[in-house]
Parts: sequence; structure tokens; C-alpha cells
Amino acid sequence: MPVTVRVPTPLRPLTGNAEQVEVTGRSIKEILDNLESRYPGIKSRLCDEKGQIRRFINVYVNDEDIRFQKNQDTPVKDGDRISIVPAIAGG
Amino acid sequence: MGFVKSLKCRECGQEYPKEPIHVCSFCFGPLEVEYDYDSIKKVLTKNLIASRSENMWRYKELLPLDGEPTVGIDAGFTPLIRARNLEKVLGVKELYIKNDSVNYPTWSFKDRVVSAALSKAKEFGFKTVACATTGNLGNAVAAQAVQAGLESYIFMPANLEQGKTIGTLVYGPKVIGIEGNYDGVNRLCSEIAGKYKWAFANINVRPYYSEGSKTFGHEIVEQLGWKAPKHIVVPMAGGSLILKIFKAIKEFKMFGFIPDADTKLYGAQASGSAPISTAVKNGWDTIRPVKPNTIAQSIAIGNPADGYYAVKTIKESGGWAEDVSDDELVEGIKLLASTEGIFTETAGGVTVAVAKKLIEQGRIPRNELTVICITGNGLKTQEAVLGRLGQPRLIRATLDDFDALMEEDTSSASPRGTKRVLAAAKKK
Ligand SMILES: Cc1ncc(COP(=O)(O)O)c(C=O)c1O
Ligand SMILES: [Zn+2]
Repeated sequence: MPVTVRVPTPLRPLTGNAEQVEVTGRSIKEILDNLESRYPGIKSRLCDEKGQIRRFINVYVNDEDIRFQKNQDTPVKDGDRISIVPAIAGG
Repeated sequence: MGFVKSLKCRECGQEYPKEPIHVCSFCFGPLEVEYDYDSIKKVLTKNLIASRSENMWRYKELLPLDGEPTVGIDAGFTPLIRARNLEKVLGVKELYIKNDSVNYPTWSFKDRVVSAALSKAKEFGFKTVACATTGNLGNAVAAQAVQAGLESYIFMPANLEQGKTIGTLVYGPKVIGIEGNYDGVNRLCSEIAGKYKWAFANINVRPYYSEGSKTFGHEIVEQLGWKAPKHIVVPMAGGSLILKIFKAIKEFKMFGFIPDADTKLYGAQASGSAPISTAVKNGWDTIRPVKPNTIAQSIAIGNPADGYYAVKTIKESGGWAEDVSDDELVEGIKLLASTEGIFTETAGGVTVAVAKKLIEQGRIPRNELTVICITGNGLKTQEAVLGRLGQPRLIRATLDDFDALMEEDTSSASPRGTKRVLAAAKKK
């Protein structure tokens, strides 16, 4: 079940400059693991030593922050769109 | 000028050249401006600062430009007033209001950050500037872009207050309203910023922009006669301003301008958008994002980028955080207006109401010097108090009508006599 992952600029060197990639998986966790096997090194950029998503990274499934869902256990399905966005200041 | 050495990741320490970039490409941590403080120390003195014009650029060595400021140079140096009437009402000994509701040119503390951001954008050679805004930032970017001769794009939630919307449109920028809340606007803008080569005040030039907030703290210390207050109450949205005020005080301590930097910081949020104060009150060290629901739109950010560091800094300083309901914030606006003659916006109402709460809780001692940070102007958020202030009393243009009204006032001391006066007037 492929989902689309939009790759943020800092990670594009790892994906051969692709802005978005198709990955399979049933949860965010599986997506992260599958991204890692395809693009070695990418997971350690997104997650800390404990495997938690780094605190300045926001992950969205179809525009909804996974912290409002089940974090890494958030289910994903065919055609979903995942965005990885660094935290942004405001005002 | 020009004391910036590099940018440095706040999380992992990785250094980067001075460029329009904002995140660490390894760990996504926020990049911060690194100054050559040793060299600044050799040139910057209290006398030099005091000899300069009354605007935020009197601290220019501590701001992130390589050359002289070119945009918004009249921002800052707003009044710090002794709030003697509010002191009496709150039962405290020494209270000050730092009043950025009269900042120049757009009546909020955002004039400071935008002056830094657009001056830096000009140095980088950008022709277009942009921002995602809860209102005030958009006002400031739009106005200062005009001054600077830059094109501007302002992205904002579609349902902002009329005063904030008009206060952007009037300058003639490209304004885009976006359905939903600010956090969605921000997420979209991060994608736009990746694609279009603009200077986004709160995104790719954010390391430079946010340094402008320090001057709010520098001024408090200078205006108190080179003294750090014991307590400062600061409104929080993304949580940047509170960090930068602390940084400013620490800089002045480092230069020996003040003996101590033992200020306690207190963060203020609206209960309908309180991810930072909730984390402080529960002792969490991570932020749980929320979906904002409050009339305090300028500080309604559910996913605060600097929330983690704000919590840490508040705790380190020995301060605290609180939040108040929309009713309490309206009372806060009215309290400041009726005691000090200052009409602040919703964020200011939150800050006043939180200060009151913290004093009543005993967290801020009644006998120690406290500063309340007022960051925005009430004329921009009139919806908040509309219908909560009564109405003007109507009479005809006759002295008889007015005399009748005065008679009522003196006999009943009640302001609700209008109807009877008009009825009496009709009979004649
Ligand atoms: C009036 C006002 N006060 C305070 C803030 C909070 O700023 P920060 O995001 O730095 O916490 C904002 C942000 O937009 C604001 O508009
Ligand atoms: Zn880093």
C-alpha cells in the first residue's frame, strides 16, 4: 500500500533530491522503517536515540498532526499523504 | 558593526554560515545567531547606548546585521511606566508596564522583530518578503515592506479580527486568507518557503528576526535605571519573546551592565490555547499540541515552535506559567484601561489577568519589582470588548437634556438614566 511522503529540504540529499517518495506501510512506524531500508540514514535524522520523533519535527498524515492521533502507531492507508515539517515560529 | 560569527543549532551545536536558513539540516533543531561577544564587550558601554537615538537600534551591536539597519529603524524604545493605580488594585508595591501597544509603526512588539528581519532580508538581497501571521506580524511586515520598497506576501487565518486584517490590507501587500487555524497556515507556509525564494520573517530568516525581541528586554533593564526586575510576566504564542527577554538580561549581566540576572519569568497564555502553560503546570518537559479555541487570536498557537525551550527557561528562572479564560482576559483589558489609561489587545488582557492571578496565588510576591509586558494595541481587537463596555448615553443637543442627565447622575450615581431622560425630553 504506497503512501506519498513529502521530503523536507534537509533530507533531500538522502533521497537523491526527490521532493516526494512513495513508501509502503500500515503505520507511521512502518513507514519510517521502510524509508530507512530504502534510504539508509534517514531514520536517525528523524528520530532520536530512543526512536522517538525529534522534538522539532512535526509529522502530518493528510494534514493532521500525528500527535493528535496515535503518534508512531497512527495508521496510514493507500493514497495517504505524509508531510514532515520542521517546527515554525509564529506571530 | 557586524558581530555575528555564525548560526548554531540549539540542539546539537552544529555551526552554519550566516545564511537565510533556520533549521539544522542534521537534527532539525532551531538555528540561533552566534555573536562574537568578546569583541562586543570591547566597544559597547552603557554610555554609548545612552548617547544614541531612542529606538531599538541603540543596542545594534547585539542585533544580527552586518551593516547598519535600513528598515523600521524607529521601532522600539516604548514607554516603561510606573503603574501606580494598578499597584493599588492588585495590592503590590512596585509594578511597571512595558508598553509596546504604542510601538512604531504598527503598535505591537512585532515592529521590533520585523525591523531586524527586513533589514537582514535587504542585506541578503531579497526582493520579496513574507510571513505567516496571527495578525500583528502581518501588520508589521506589510508596513515595513512598503518603507523598504519590498514586495510582500502575508498569509493568515481567514477569520482574523477586522482590525488586524484591515491593518494589513491598507499597506497594499498580497494577502492570502487560509481556512482553519494558524497552525495550518504555518504548515502551508513552510512548504511555500521551501519552494519560493522569499525572505519569510518567521521561517527562513527567523534566526535574525527573533533577535529583535531581545530589545524588549534590553529596554526594560535600561529604563529601570540599569536594573533587572525580579519578575516579568510575558505573553506566549510560539514562546520566542519570553526566551529573548531572558537572553537580553543575561547579555547585560555578561557585560557587567547589571550586577544580577536573577529575574523570574512568568509565561501567560489563554486557556483556550495553552500548550506551554499546561506543560509548565504539569511538570511535563514535552509540549502536547492543542487546537486553539480563544478570542486571543494573536497568541493562539497550538503547536509552539519554541515551547520546549520556553518551558525550560521558565523553570530555570524559577518562574511559572498560567492561563486565563476569555472572560478573564476581557476583564484584564478593562482593568488596564481603567487604571492606567492603556488600551491593549487580547494578548495584553491575557498578560494582565495572568499577572493578577499569579499575585493572588502568591507566586509573585507583593513587595518585589514586577514588570508586565504589554505587546499589542486594543484598537486592533475591538471585537473582544464590543458589547461589554455599555453604550454612550444619547441626548438631544440641549442643555436641558444634559442637566436632567446630571441630576440623575448625582441623585442615583447610576449611569442607566438615559431612557428616562429621553422620555422626559419627548414629553416636552
Ligand atoms: C501581541 C502579541 N503578543 C505576544 C506574542 C507572542 O510572541 P511569541 O510567539 O514570541 O511567544 C504575539 C505573537 O504573535 C503577539 O502578537
Ligand atoms: Zn542540530
